[in-house]
Amino acid sequence: MSTESIILDWLPYLSEGIAVTLGLVACSLGIGLIMGLPMALGQIYGSRPVQIIVGTYVWFFRGLPVLVLLFLFYFGIFPGIGLGGIPAFIVGGTVLGLRGAAYQSQIFRGAIQSISEGQMTAARSLGMSRFTAIKSIILPQAMRIALPGWSNEYPEMLTESSVCYAIGVAELLTRSSQIVSQTYITLPIYIVCALIFILLNYIGMKGLTILEKKLKIPGFGGGGEGAL
Amino acid sequence: METTEYILKVKDIHKSYGNVEVLKGVSFNVKKGETKCFIGPSGTGKSTLLRCINQLTVPDQGQIWLHDEEVTHAGPRINYFRQRIGMVFQNFYLFDHLTAVRNVEIALIKVLRMNPKEAREKAMYELNQVGMADWADHYPAELSGGQAQRVSIARALAMDPDVILFDEPTSALDPELTREVIEVMRNLASLGMTMLVVTHEMGFACSAANEILFMENGRVIEQGSPSDLLNNPQFERCKAFIGQYHGFHE
Repeated sequence: MSTESIILDWLPYLSEGIAVTLGLVACSLGIGLIMGLPMALGQIYGSRPVQIIVGTYVWFFRGLPVLVLLFLFYFGIFPGIGLGGIPAFIVGGTVLGLRGAAYQSQIFRGAIQSISEGQMTAARSLGMSRFTAIKSIILPQAMRIALPGWSNEYPEMLTESSVCYAIGVAELLTRSSQIVSQTYITLPIYIVCALIFILLNYIGMKGLTILEKKLKIPGFGGGGEGAL
Repeated sequence: METTEYILKVKDIHKSYGNVEVLKGVSFNVKKGETKCFIGPSGTGKSTLLRCINQLTVPDQGQIWLHDEEVTHAGPRINYFRQRIGMVFQNFYLFDHLTAVRNVEIALIKVLRMNPKEAREKAMYELNQVGMADWADHYPAELSGGQAQRVSIARALAMDPDVILFDEPTSALDPELTREVIEVMRNLASLGMTMLVVTHEMGFACSAANEILFMENGRVIEQGSPSDLLNNPQFERCKAFIGQYHGFHE
């Protein structure tokens, strides 16, 4: 049997890993967004205790290597709360999500803080509550500013998801190495694995660029007709 | 009753930033339809005074009433008073992510809970008032300073406020653009809008104001009608200021 036909035989098994890898990315971006945005708001507008809690969270999850976090959660925290038998995918998705939240909160924080104070002043002067002003005036602007930085999280998380190999999540790298150990074909398998990552990266970034273009408004992010 | 004829009363407003007392007790009353202009050297608290009126800056001492309701110490009800007190800023502060017409209608929808169709009609009416209807779908970044300021006046007008505060509305504009904004303000004054205007535009102050208040060092030093100010020798400080800063004579 030729190398090509062996690889072709294993390709279906390998491509099932695409769904797992994308699932991990979706967890990290999704949990990151759902948690990161409120965290950013808490850090900017919240009371002192809220700011301290968020600050500590960010410090913790950005300060540890992702592999260390994975092991801590897989061997320590999940079994510790009685969830020892839970699928490795859930642990991986949770860790990447919690870590993503820490990073994303700082992307959103920077974007929100870059909005000039006059926007809030004008909104309040019209009788808007602070909440309405944040929701209707500040966030729509801040999210547009955050989008390029946030898009950067996609290739970051896509590549980072492969560390879940270490706890045996059946994503692309894990499956590749399983195939290698079955077939003894090493480099070609990893090249196929790499090509799939590159393809996923390309497609995702393309989508995000289209989204950015769609949301583009003159005066935001440069290049607008009126912007100098 | 004589108190009820004033729609806005400002009594003994004090404000300090650190050790610097910016406002040292300012009082005045405003009748419906009146235009009052505040002039004076920079740093004398004119803008701070305006921001105290709608509580964007909270004064340390003193009281403000709108229609005999106290604005100071209003708590969350301040949002209601701010609907009634419009404000126009030196740097426009248009909402950068919204087109001109969306800028004007957003508070109608989000604050007054008007339905979107009605709000759009009202917003277009106000844009038309300031000569900006043709620019309704343009974003702030696509407007000149004068155009942006006219949109921001429309935004304030759309709320049908009892009074509008103008905080140096033309100070960021060149003379050409200043003229188009002043024209809109002059028109508003003649239509009976109640206006408090911090300005360096003596032409506007002298022709459109019912009263000019000259401020220095956190106090109103001299006040009177434009003709008093020009003819009455008692307004020495004010005249000297005008002569010095604007080369204005008679």
